[in-house]
Amino acid sequence: MKRKLQSITSKILPATAVLVLLALWQTASAAGLISGFLLPSPLEVVKAFAEDFPLLMDNARVTLLEAFAGLAVGVLVGFVTAVLMDGFEWLYQAVYPLIVLTQTVPTVAIAPLLVLWFGYEMLPKVILIVIVTFFPITVSLLDGFRASDQDTISLLRSMGASKTQIFRYVKFPGALGSFFASLRISVSYAVVGAVISEWLGGFNGLGVYMTRVKKAFSFDKMFAVIFLISAISLFLMWAVNILQRISMPWEEENR
Amino acid sequence: MAELKVSGITFAYEETPVLADVSLELHEQELVSILGASGCGKTTLFHIISGLHKPQQGKVVLNGKDITGCPGQISYMMQKDLLLPYRTIEDNVILPLLLKGEKKKEARKKVSLYFEEFGLEGTQKKYPRQLSGGMRQRAALLRTYMFSSDVALLDEPFSALDTLTKGEMHRWYLDVMDKIHLSTLFITHDIDEAILLSDRICLLTGKPGRVTEEIVIEEPRPRKKEFNLTEEFLEYKRRILERL
Repeated sequence: MKRKLQSITSKILPATAVLVLLALWQTASAAGLISGFLLPSPLEVVKAFAEDFPLLMDNARVTLLEAFAGLAVGVLVGFVTAVLMDGFEWLYQAVYPLIVLTQTVPTVAIAPLLVLWFGYEMLPKVILIVIVTFFPITVSLLDGFRASDQDTISLLRSMGASKTQIFRYVKFPGALGSFFASLRISVSYAVVGAVISEWLGGFNGLGVYMTRVKKAFSFDKMFAVIFLISAISLFLMWAVNILQRISMPWEEENR
Repeated sequence: MAELKVSGITFAYEETPVLADVSLELHEQELVSILGASGCGKTTLFHIISGLHKPQQGKVVLNGKDITGCPGQISYMMQKDLLLPYRTIEDNVILPLLLKGEKKKEARKKVSLYFEEFGLEGTQKKYPRQLSGGMRQRAALLRTYMFSSDVALLDEPFSALDTLTKGEMHRWYLDVMDKIHLSTLFITHDIDEAILLSDRICLLTGKPGRVTEEIVIEEPRPRKKEFNLTEEFLEYKRRILERL
């Protein structure tokens, strides 16, 4: 009962904070404290959102398609890299610094290059998303694999388990928790990565829409698309949570 | 006929000698305890017998076959229960069968017969963390038994339990032993436990560890729960304390 109450308050508090902030913003705008063309009021943003709704949805579809394609390949690449690096120590030694290096290159700098090499279509965007999403997956899976309990591995070895069986029954399920933690990060990276790559070259997508309304100084639409992108990221992270609950039922039972 | 012969095991970890010329035998359906202070190489000996470590000298022979350094022949239950937290009790118990390539469905069917015998009925679909320490130990023992019903190595299986649960587990174990006929090597540092459960007790002492004495407990089976209150029991205890 107490826990239930706590979980309700834990949701009420942040929701109230957001509402208060929006109310303050709206009041300030309505009172003329903030000039409308610098910062539109929340109501104006909502209006802009409703006005451009079909256009926003069309663009969102493109962005989401890129994000999902990139994320899917990114997760796959991340998973395979982690498994290989866990299996072969020399590979780990050789490749790990390289992988870290890929993350030090600023996304904004490579995106135009990718456009130059691969054109204005989906491919360069998907590649960029793969580059930003595989890294968290690889690192956290590797950590998860390496953190597996040595005694448990000994026990399985004493039962005559092969390396593959140890992976399947101990290492992989043990790393699931950290996998989902990194997937939450990668999901939001995927959306942001898609938007950034669209800024730097493309015909449609939320990033392109964003550049267009910025050039037209329609800040109300600008905010509408910002909120939409946040909402999409939040929704995807929530979806990952649900997926995690389904794939890790033992966590649920222990609560 | 399950018979285990361990002869002349010598083992050093890096430069430190751990075991020196350890030999012992385990016959069909016997329970032999290895009693000794912590750090005398008991667990290392089990790692060697199970094949996880290779000894520098000596041999492990199971039913006439040399299995030195070959894991996957003898069931081994370690100090911690080591149940996998993400598998239900049932799926933990069938693990050794899955590792041998059996189908999940058949393996589940096979183990279901033993849940009652081991006092685990109703826990099949639960996760390890939902069970008490004693119940988890039972499940771990059942898993060990499912691996092989020949010879089992048990490394202080009851040491992590509180005294009351431990007593209960001893009674339970005496009971189960009569039903499942497992030849068992049992590590313990608890003298009472060793006398209560064993047919023979090997005292492992010194650094590096060697078997310095073997004591036969004559009390017939099935043993009564009150055995540890008798005069004979105290006599055994006195003898062991003198030699440790």
